[in-house]
Amino acid sequence: MLDFSNPTKLIFGRLTWEAIPYHEPILLFTFIGVVLGGLGMVAALTYFKVWGTLWRDWFTSIDHKKIGIMYIVLGIVMLLRGFADAIMMRLQQAIAFGDNVGYLPPHHYDQVFTAHGVIMIFFVAMPLVTGLMNYIVPLQIGARDVAFPFLNNFSLWMTVGGAVLVMASLFVGEFARTGWLAYPPLSGLLQSPDVGVDYYLWSLQIAGIGTTLSGINLIATIVKMRAPGMTMMKMPVFTWTALCTNVLIVASFPVLAGALALLLMDRYVGTNFFTADLGGSAMLYVNLIWIWGHPEVYILVLPVFGVFSEVVSTFSGKKLFGYASMVYATVVITILSYLVWLHHFFTMGSGASVNSFFGITTMIISIPTGAKIFNWLFTMYHGRIKFEVPMLWTVGFMVTFVIGGMTGVLLAVPPADFVLHNSLFLIAHFHNVIIGGVVFGLFAGINYWFPKAFGFKLDAFWGKVSFWCWLVGFWVAFAPLYVLGLMGVTRRISHFDDASLQIWFQVAAVGAGIVALGIAAFLMQLWVSWRNRAALRDVTGDPWQGRTLEWSTSSPPPDYNFAFTPVVHDHDAWYDMKQRGHQRPTQGFKAIHMPKNTAAGVVIAGLATLCGFALIWHMWLLVGLSFAAVVAAAIIHTFNYHRDFHIEAGIVERTEQARTRALAAAA
Amino acid sequence: MLSPHTAAAVDRAPVFYDDGEHHPQQGTLLGFWLYLMSDCLIFAVLFATYGVLGRSYAAGPSGADLFELPLVALNTALLLFSSITYGFAMISMQHGRQKGVLAWLAVTGLFGLGFLSVELHEFTHLIHEGFGPQRSAFLSSFFTLVGTHGLHVTFGTVWLVTLMVQVQRLGLIPENRRRLMCLSMFWHFLDVVWIGVFTFVYLMGVLP
Repeated sequence: MLDFSNPTKLIFGRLTWEAIPYHEPILLFTFIGVVLGGLGMVAALTYFKVWGTLWRDWFTSIDHKKIGIMYIVLGIVMLLRGFADAIMMRLQQAIAFGDNVGYLPPHHYDQVFTAHGVIMIFFVAMPLVTGLMNYIVPLQIGARDVAFPFLNNFSLWMTVGGAVLVMASLFVGEFARTGWLAYPPLSGLLQSPDVGVDYYLWSLQIAGIGTTLSGINLIATIVKMRAPGMTMMKMPVFTWTALCTNVLIVASFPVLAGALALLLMDRYVGTNFFTADLGGSAMLYVNLIWIWGHPEVYILVLPVFGVFSEVVSTFSGKKLFGYASMVYATVVITILSYLVWLHHFFTMGSGASVNSFFGITTMIISIPTGAKIFNWLFTMYHGRIKFEVPMLWTVGFMVTFVIGGMTGVLLAVPPADFVLHNSLFLIAHFHNVIIGGVVFGLFAGINYWFPKAFGFKLDAFWGKVSFWCWLVGFWVAFAPLYVLGLMGVTRRISHFDDASLQIWFQVAAVGAGIVALGIAAFLMQLWVSWRNRAALRDVTGDPWQGRTLEWSTSSPPPDYNFAFTPVVHDHDAWYDMKQRGHQRPTQGFKAIHMPKNTAAGVVIAGLATLCGFALIWHMWLLVGLSFAAVVAAAIIHTFNYHRDFHIEAGIVERTEQARTRALAAAA
Repeated sequence: MLSPHTAAAVDRAPVFYDDGEHHPQQGTLLGFWLYLMSDCLIFAVLFATYGVLGRSYAAGPSGADLFELPLVALNTALLLFSSITYGFAMISMQHGRQKGVLAWLAVTGLFGLGFLSVELHEFTHLIHEGFGPQRSAFLSSFFTLVGTHGLHVTFGTVWLVTLMVQVQRLGLIPENRRRLMCLSMFWHFLDVVWIGVFTFVYLMGVLP
């Protein structure tokens, strides 16, 4: 591998000018756009002199609130990239019929659908979910930060590092052409000798370390740092779903890391885990990846079930119906999610008995999920429902998700799956639950908690426009795919011969266009809300008459979250406090022990990303240097024993007095 | 808005704020346990892979042909003794004897290095014979499982040396005690994994 006689190869590996796709106009113009946009942003940041603030108060911050916001910003930026891929696919499939080959050659089209899947799951849904949990969970349990604040910052930057590698593949080399789970032998060295699969593997490994560590962090936070009096069965439902999600993360992401590591061994060392000869078994990879993959589905959807639970009870003005059953349903889903993975490959020859077992367990999962739906409906029953934007997303979710869930139960029947597997019906089904569940839930959560994070509400008009565009756009885009799937059209096809199918794809493209309007309306909502922030301002910290502890502190919360740790007597602790006439303490403040900011997370994750890039391109010299630098930086960080400080009582007092005055002025 | 009605608060005056007596519990040991369990899952994947592929010899050698049990017995002894000596380091820590801690850590590290040298010897020997990880799925899964364990021991040793420097410099302060506890769990964990490797890979591997 090491060739010291050829220094260019030692330094640059297989990276040459050929890897820069200046001959592909679509990529060239994207690249020019990105460069101009990037330069514009750098210029703007420099002009407004915010680099220092950005570095000191954000990038190196170990405050869970800022880290949560940065995760969400990452998710929204990557949503734009992932959605651009979606639009490209919809356009290609709408025009590529008969003599028209469309505008994307298969080589490029295959990268687009792979990147779309990878980005949407790992770099949109995961950061948004993790961001919400990071921001809200410590506030809901009355804590001042997470259990391991530095690790939290490091996790964020590892996730960003993974995203950077995926984005780099757009302009340096290419991405995998294997589909989002990169099954071997297609993803093996024989079929995919170039850098695409390596970009895929290293970006997921690096981001995966971040995800696993953040899972460990949040479990320790929820188990160890709850406010006095908050027993497990008094935790807010969102915190419960976050706990189960993070258990799933810690118990499944190592399996992904293991499976990807074995594929990396096949590609870098020449082992025979998944090769077709010398005893390898590609089916082993498919099993391993889905042992991670199915829990991953619940990693995404459980937290948004928590969001909906909070939203439904707040905007119905009632406590959640069936709190205990909600908790048990969540725990049951957590366990069952490990017993269904094989339903992703019924057709791969496991035999009737095995297929029946996994078909039945899959159907059983719909029972606790159905219990949740009924709980939400009963919460709304006889409630004083306020149709604010988060509630709209919730109602839209209930209708859409139930239909998506039912098509899922249909696919769980092995004989039906033999007909529908790998078809557009499947594509329609999982978009139905991921958009109708996860995405709707994230928008509900963002609209619900935005005033907590920034001190002003989001504009309701543009929020409603965004909701209706997403809801209508989703159905227009995916109902045709259900139809096409029933007709037997398979997924991942870039060109069709049967002209009678074209109309369905054209309708789907229109649907994607309507969703695009929904995304534009969301960005517009952010901009309009920022412009009207004075009118939308909320000084109470509790704009929706909330029920859980995050609403008891100011918006945005101070660095220390709570001047005094709340004591909990009931679930819906803040509602209980309001009902029983608590008095906000205005004196007797004490110094507060807090963790210190550090640059170590950015540095180590940056070096790890560099190491990943070098590995992808076989730049062995850089691999050695950057890996040594990662280890050295980590060791140096352990010599830093001064990781905390105290916020003086005087500063706490001044902050709290300012809030007292603001509250008095508002009253 | 903050107090819509106060009727419910009459019979007892609930305390809604802690006066500073409450301190969140230290979560490091729990967090480290969780990390170990996640690492355990990576080993579970490797064991499962070995379970599936461990007899796919591809017309090459089997475990019975390759494994030298006396060498493995030596290696197992080295690692098990290193766990005992780490235990002695922890006892010294409980008694506050810094020198004892450092000495026992050094012994533990030497045992670790001994283990790694024997393993490297075994690996180079196999590769030299033409039975490297590329030869068959059995050898792929063997090298990856045993090698991953060895990699853990390597990083454990680096960590151990780092901790020795830190204990030397700052003494047995609470932070260092906590770190010694974590490394202790890590070291014993590797021992437990090795017992799995020893049993399932080597002992059962030499069975016909």
